[in-house]
Amino acid sequence: MAEKTSLHPAQLDYEKQKRKEEMKQQVITFALMIIFTIIAFSMVIAELNKLFVIPVIFVLAAVQVGFQLYYFMHMSHKGHEMPAFMLYGGVFAAFLTILALAALVWW
Amino acid sequence: MSTMVANNKRSFGSTLWDYLTTVDHKKIAILYLVAGGFFFIIGGLEALAIRWQLVKPMNDFVSAGLYNELITMHGTTMIFLAAMPLIFAFMNAVVPLQIGARDVAFPFLNSLGFWLFLFGGIMLNVGWITGGAADAGWTAYAPLSTTSPGEGVDYYVLGLQISGAGTLIGGINFLVTIVNMRAPGMTYMRMPLFTWTAFVASALILFAFPALTVGLFLMMFDRLFGSGFFDPNMGGNSVIWQHLFWIFGHPEVYILALPAFGIFSEIISTFSRKRLFGYSAMVFATVLIGFLGFMVWAHHMFTVGMGPAANSIFAVATMAIAIPTGIKIFNWLFTLWGGNIQINTPMLWSLGFIPTFTLGGMTGVMVAAASADYQFHDSYFVVAHFHYVIVGGVVFALFAATHYWWPKMFGKILNDTLGKVTFWLFFIGFHLTFFIQHFLGLMGMPRRYWVFLEDQGLDLGNAISTTGAFLMGLGTIVLLYNIVVTSVKGEKVGSDPWDARTLEWAIPSPPPFYNFKQLPLVRGLDPLWIEKTEGRKGMTPAEPISDIHMPNNSFLPFVMSLGFFIAGFGFIYQKYDLVWLSLVFIGMGIALGAMLMRSVKDDLGYHIHKEDLVKEAKE
Repeated sequence: MAEKTSLHPAQLDYEKQKRKEEMKQQVITFALMIIFTIIAFSMVIAELNKLFVIPVIFVLAAVQVGFQLYYFMHMSHKGHEMPAFMLYGGVFAAFLTILALAALVWW
Repeated sequence: MSTMVANNKRSFGSTLWDYLTTVDHKKIAILYLVAGGFFFIIGGLEALAIRWQLVKPMNDFVSAGLYNELITMHGTTMIFLAAMPLIFAFMNAVVPLQIGARDVAFPFLNSLGFWLFLFGGIMLNVGWITGGAADAGWTAYAPLSTTSPGEGVDYYVLGLQISGAGTLIGGINFLVTIVNMRAPGMTYMRMPLFTWTAFVASALILFAFPALTVGLFLMMFDRLFGSGFFDPNMGGNSVIWQHLFWIFGHPEVYILALPAFGIFSEIISTFSRKRLFGYSAMVFATVLIGFLGFMVWAHHMFTVGMGPAANSIFAVATMAIAIPTGIKIFNWLFTLWGGNIQINTPMLWSLGFIPTFTLGGMTGVMVAAASADYQFHDSYFVVAHFHYVIVGGVVFALFAATHYWWPKMFGKILNDTLGKVTFWLFFIGFHLTFFIQHFLGLMGMPRRYWVFLEDQGLDLGNAISTTGAFLMGLGTIVLLYNIVVTSVKGEKVGSDPWDARTLEWAIPSPPPFYNFKQLPLVRGLDPLWIEKTEGRKGMTPAEPISDIHMPNNSFLPFVMSLGFFIAGFGFIYQKYDLVWLSLVFIGMGIALGAMLMRSVKDDLGYHIHKEDLVKEAKE
């Protein structure tokens, strides 16, 4: 990181601030993910209605994937528009496939 | 570099070795062109055999079984082994040049993609000499395919699996190349339309081919290892194959057609001496077609019994595709309007394409109407429709691109008179063959039947159709003759023989192996044209002359592909005798060993030094 030394002090402060902010977000999401996992497990242990538990677990899982991608794999940073576009394209194609097979074949 | 001079005086052996190990996108383009051309001729001969069988009622030129193999292999060969690789040939030859890159992002993978395709293609055709090729139609619907005796369909499954992996690798490679390797100033909205369509087509490959891979794996297990994914008796469902096949199969149509649209956009703009009309609308239409292409696959299955709700949804989505396609047709017409039009061979193909493809699109909307499709389905009307789209769209584009980019690839212009002869023979032959088939289909002639009865109103139409097919064959022979004559006698041309607009024409023909000595600075759409209108001869460089990093050649892609090829035979023949499993181990051993070697051995490439580049410029 050779450029770092040449940074203006104000710029350096700003960078530090941003890193700190990011660290905070990561800790929060990490805590949230652990809580989500505990919720998921406790719902199964409590033997709640299946029709309720399964969709909720799916939603929690989807949110966790989002956390993983955006906060831990830095997709929230700039310059990730194309990977995001491709990712959502793939999700879209896979969703259509599963939806159609579910609705037309297995239902 | 002195290697360029040495190139001309090499022995046959060293040239062969060079092509077997090359990672240069321009040489891989030539490999794709030769291999795709070879399979195009094989598929064409199969088509001629089909048409000769149907020249008169109750003909006995081929047996019913052989006829089934011919139609299956004609379709499979033309789509997977001719059209796709030829599209890849031009993508390889042109896209890196159009975006101002020195090569694709992953040169090694580029080579691997080609060799996987070639070995997969050979595998598909091995069936011919071991007692019968695939005979379940190019769509290989279960249970016909899962119960077809012999190894024909096994070759289809394994061959497509191997070549499909190659295609997937190629698609990913172009995505990464176009995202990451554009020259300074080459924003997305300055990319030439061929690059744009190659980009969207690559994204379609990325999303569509996995469905085929899954389908083929299930089929492989059903046929070779006794599973029952498509067997209702074992709790499976044969319709799943149709869904998986068409989830891949319909985007496949756009994977072929979009680059074809790109090719025509380049040609029409160049020879009308105008920038493409409605560039941003064209880009929008391309992306929209890509998206809609994923929502329409079930229109191939209207008669399966999905129910009226599903049929209506897919019918409406299908008709919606006519809108972006219409945008494109009108934009081409407006590009021509008021242009300084020069009619030569590439332009003739483009002008022939517009009405032909429009006809194919019209019948497309007709077959998209689900209720009417019950009448059209599995009749010659559908055969006529998709040949209008795929020949009238894709094959015309490939012929046009061959004539348009030949000087860039080989440094010589194909003879224009012979080119026009090819066009007229092929164009007239094409319409003779397929126009009449609309009516044959409406009169009730079903697809895929090896004979038809006398005096049912089908005799004359079929005879006309066969005549046309042979005219197309003749046109192709003239093209081959043209290529030979041009290679022997043709004169060398400069970098920009067409007075064209895009970056590939800013560098010598054929380009040096490092493409751009200095990466060009792109200042707008049609960058070369901008420089020319401002009185400059070439592009303004974006960087000083400096060392160029190049990848080393490698034989490993060939070895890996050979390994998978050998393993394929093992997978097929182990169903008779488990001894054949040894081939699986040998083949996979070779492939995995080559992968291991690639992983542990650092290959950092080499540099062309600045001094050599400067010296070469002075010579």
